[in-house]
Amino acid sequence: MKNMTIKRMIPAVGLVAVVAAGLPAAAAGNITVKGSDTMVILGQRWAEEYMEKNPEVTIQVTGGGSGTGIAALVNGTTTLANSSRPIKPEEIEQAKRGKIDVVEFKAAMDGLAVVVNADNPIRSLTLKQVGMIYTGYIGNWKQVGGPDRRIIRYSRESNSGTYVFFKEHVLMNRDYAADSQTMPGTSAVAEAVARDPSGIGFGGVAYFATNPKLRIVPIARDDKTEPISPLLPGGAINFPAIWDQSYPIARYLYVYSAGRPEGAVKAYLDWILGPDGQAIVERIEYVPMPPSKG
Amino acid sequence: MAQDAATTATVGRGLPARRRRIGPGEVIVEAFLRLNGFIAIAAIALIFVFLFKEGVQAFGTIAPGRFIQGNEVDFDNVPQVVRMWQPVGTNPKYSIIPLVLGSFLVALPATLLATLFGVACGIYLAEIAGKRTRELVKPAIELVAGVPSVVIGFFCLATLATLVQQTLGNVYRLNAFVGALGVAFVIVPVIATMTDDALRAVPDELRQGAHALGANRWETIARVVVPAGASGIIASVLLGMGRALGETMIVLMATGNAAQVTLNPFDSVRTMTATIAAELGAVPQGGEQYRALFLVGSILFTITFFINLAAELAVARMRRRLAL
Repeated sequence: MKNMTIKRMIPAVGLVAVVAAGLPAAAAGNITVKGSDTMVILGQRWAEEYMEKNPEVTIQVTGGGSGTGIAALVNGTTTLANSSRPIKPEEIEQAKRGKIDVVEFKAAMDGLAVVVNADNPIRSLTLKQVGMIYTGYIGNWKQVGGPDRRIIRYSRESNSGTYVFFKEHVLMNRDYAADSQTMPGTSAVAEAVARDPSGIGFGGVAYFATNPKLRIVPIARDDKTEPISPLLPGGAINFPAIWDQSYPIARYLYVYSAGRPEGAVKAYLDWILGPDGQAIVERIEYVPMPPSKG
Repeated sequence: MAQDAATTATVGRGLPARRRRIGPGEVIVEAFLRLNGFIAIAAIALIFVFLFKEGVQAFGTIAPGRFIQGNEVDFDNVPQVVRMWQPVGTNPKYSIIPLVLGSFLVALPATLLATLFGVACGIYLAEIAGKRTRELVKPAIELVAGVPSVVIGFFCLATLATLVQQTLGNVYRLNAFVGALGVAFVIVPVIATMTDDALRAVPDELRQGAHALGANRWETIARVVVPAGASGIIASVLLGMGRALGETMIVLMATGNAAQVTLNPFDSVRTMTATIAAELGAVPQGGEQYRALFLVGSILFTITFFINLAAELAVARMRRRLAL
């Protein structure tokens, strides 16, 4: 009998959700999240797990890009915006004109490791060298202090957030060299570089950390700074270096809300920033936020 | 020899022009069969329309010249003309040249290799193999055609690529040639079975005439049977090539997918099919890249359409010449 009543309630809840979706966002129990394509999977995992524990809340997560998400937030068509870059001053201005006070939450971090074959004697690279390698400006390991061998570049499919992040932050929005081979996933990059003594690849640190045929290359921000490895000597991920961004290929992933979040939205954000939400971050190969909240 | 089976190709032509209908059942069956014939034509026409309708819209936001080359500044801010396919970024590039080159760099060596083995295999089956051997070999070849291409692709990726690199010392472990080897494996059965069919359609009178004139078996095959069936063999090769251009999974896995302008078969390349397969699933529908991918599809479809058309014409020519 108890089962029956619950079952009968489900369509009712669904109906409420449908009605609520048609109304402006932020109706209690219905949260829409829009924005960064890099964060779509992360956002969906958060939403799925949260809805499982809190069935009274409906969360819709869509992509479209960080700019799209922030624009939607400014226009009041989404409750939360995911963004893989900080909000721009003009976007804040726009929001203020619409009487919206945008509040920022740093929800996760993203750090990419550069990796070479274990046989490659290269000890470190600067951020610029990596950019020049991937844009095709440097084509031989000799040019960065390695052996006289052609560099074989492994990259990712253009639809991956990793590809875009690397293009923006390391290639400075220039094109990848045409001979960069696109691999279907970071594990495929790891596999390819492990087999290729001339290879170079990039991707989430966790994918490379345990493979003995690979070596993660410490990266220096410029000629004057010390190269820093995203990996600690013991083999664990160097979270502190990513947290303070002394490791240069790292960034924050943000969630923005229109005004101070309240009610269901606040509960959801608290959960994201809490241990459960951060555990999901780590599970899908991003870097969780530093333990002490700033 | 294969006389008995060779005649089967002509069976059906000896029937009376049209038999009397027996009942309504036959009328329904006939209508159903005719409908299916027309559905095939309609399907092709609709695919054509659908592909081109989406593809042409790419020109709405992308100037036609950008499908050939794009502009970029290099590290020293010197303007450059580049031919690359890089649809994601602040300045997207949509040059189809590396993709078309990539497709042919895989399909041509694959067709060449498969022709070598496929035609030889077809000649053996039609002219040399005894009945028992034939009954063993032909199903085996057809079985090869049934191997899922993802399995072949994985084999190329994991094993064959290393073997090739150790043997030839090529720079790119995954390259057009490795892809071509995998694709050749898929189209050998196509060419072999079609060559076999073509040669078996050559009337036995020609063979008997050649023997009567004192030609031995080799001379009969080389100077009489193969020339007579040449159009059929050409058709088999063309169809094989059409199949090679359309092959997706193997090239996606084995060619390394670097969209570069190159003519070296040992370079890593990206084919039209692999580009569509890898990118279409993740682009927003109706967007610029989505339409550009449809344009790539339209070009691929046009190329394979004409190749298949040429194959059909070759078959028709052979039928006429042999008066079948």
